[in-house]
Amino acid sequence: MKKKILSAVLCVSMAAALLAGCGSSSSTSADTTEETTEEETEEAAEEETEAVEEASEESAEAAEVTTVTEGVLTMGTNAAFPPYEYYDEDEIVGIDAEIAEALAEKLGLTLEIVDMDFSSIITSVQSGKIDVGIAGMTVTEDRLENVNFTDSYATGVQVIIVPEGSEITSVDDLSNEDLLIGVQEGTTGHIYCSDDYGEDRVIAYTNGATAVQALLQGKVDCVVIDQQPAISFVEANEGLAILDTEYVIEEYAIAVSKDNEALLDALNAALAELTADGTVQSILDTYITAE
Amino acid sequence: MEKLISGLKLGLYQTFILDNNYQYFVRGIGITLLVTVCALILGLVIGVIIAIIRSAHDQQPVNKRGPVLKFLNGVCKVYLTVIRGTPTMVQLLIMWFVIWASARATNSNMIRCAIVTFGINSGAYIAEIVRSGIMSIDAGQMEAGRSLGMSYADTMRFIIIPQAFKNVLPALGNEMITLLKETSIVTVIGLKDLTKGAMIIQSKTYQAFVPFFAIAAIYLVMVMFLTWLLGKLEGRLRQSDIR
Repeated sequence: MKKKILSAVLCVSMAAALLAGCGSSSSTSADTTEETTEEETEEAAEEETEAVEEASEESAEAAEVTTVTEGVLTMGTNAAFPPYEYYDEDEIVGIDAEIAEALAEKLGLTLEIVDMDFSSIITSVQSGKIDVGIAGMTVTEDRLENVNFTDSYATGVQVIIVPEGSEITSVDDLSNEDLLIGVQEGTTGHIYCSDDYGEDRVIAYTNGATAVQALLQGKVDCVVIDQQPAISFVEANEGLAILDTEYVIEEYAIAVSKDNEALLDALNAALAELTADGTVQSILDTYITAE
Repeated sequence: MEKLISGLKLGLYQTFILDNNYQYFVRGIGITLLVTVCALILGLVIGVIIAIIRSAHDQQPVNKRGPVLKFLNGVCKVYLTVIRGTPTMVQLLIMWFVIWASARATNSNMIRCAIVTFGINSGAYIAEIVRSGIMSIDAGQMEAGRSLGMSYADTMRFIIIPQAFKNVLPALGNEMITLLKETSIVTVIGLKDLTKGAMIIQSKTYQAFVPFFAIAAIYLVMVMFLTWLLGKLEGRLRQSDIR
């Protein structure tokens, strides 16, 4: 038995060592110094030409941002959140997708959208799997500890969806101990509800559509979710209604890794331009019809 | 290096201590084990019944198979094909959102749904494991039992099944380990098992490293413990073999 434990410990430590190896990039700097001594003369000549090239690139406004894949802005989202992001045929479309497209164009990058669970987006930004998380994401204290956020591009409201004729008529009714609340895992609705009403009564689903499905079948009594998707869900399903009182009002922004200040600045600058020339507003208007 | 250690410290703090987060793991282990054990028992009951029907059918000469046996064998075959031919997650979603659509999302309802789904699922695999055990026992054992005046059921119960059980124990252990790990997909119906606990912590703290490594280690320890228990049982059953 002792041998077994020992071998297990060894296995785990080996795996950890492997992972640690993946994370570090310090070895590359050592390599480059070696190269410079060897090829100093060659490089001196090359540098001159490079400098000229760089200068011309800068003037063409191909911003000096580094991304996960060169020349590509990789965006993580959870495409079950209409009208911010959802599937139309095979393509992910919506407010966030269009704003990202406009931003990528400003930065001279091509856009690539990756669909993932909402709760994985921030971790993916942090670990450098994706460049930005654009998923109708609210700025919170906890999230700010782990990623940077750009300026806000839209206002979100958390609302409560109930079946028509439900006993729940206001936010205060949610404190009833017997009620079950459906949410989308990792959303601000999930976080606030867990804090306000306790973990046991909050059932987290991996996407909003499943939460609404559970509501339709009476598995939960209400769903707390962002207003725009809520409107789309209520339109698509008979017998649902949105309460008039909002649960919380919040600001949406884009999550960027803390290690990539340059990208954050570039995005903020591009966002400011897009807001100034009315692009952001017109994108919002195409998806959100006046209430 | 220092940055790595301080990051790890923060990870450990946020994963276990902050907001009493370790509670997610404790409750998660309980639910995972409960679902696994109950599903395994249900699966064994289903599996043994089906294995007996199937092997009784297969061991009968072709012209002596009665219509009832043929019908039961057909039903069992359909069950095996459907359950083994579709993903467990799909079965779980169908069970929760279609068959048992009226259920409220209380913890006990979700646990019941998970146990029934995994029981039915692993029953199909256990049935084939047990059948292989029954078929591996020499036909002479059955003939000897019957010629001593024992009924078919008695011979099965006292002679064939005990020997078969010993033979299939390693394969059953395999099934048990697979089942324990596969219960992690109950997260799709919102049940807060061990994996869901780590996912909730990840979505609260944005730490992925510590919570996921922690549950990986917990699953590993649980499997090692079950393997050890199984080894004990196997050793005890083999005692009479050593002469």
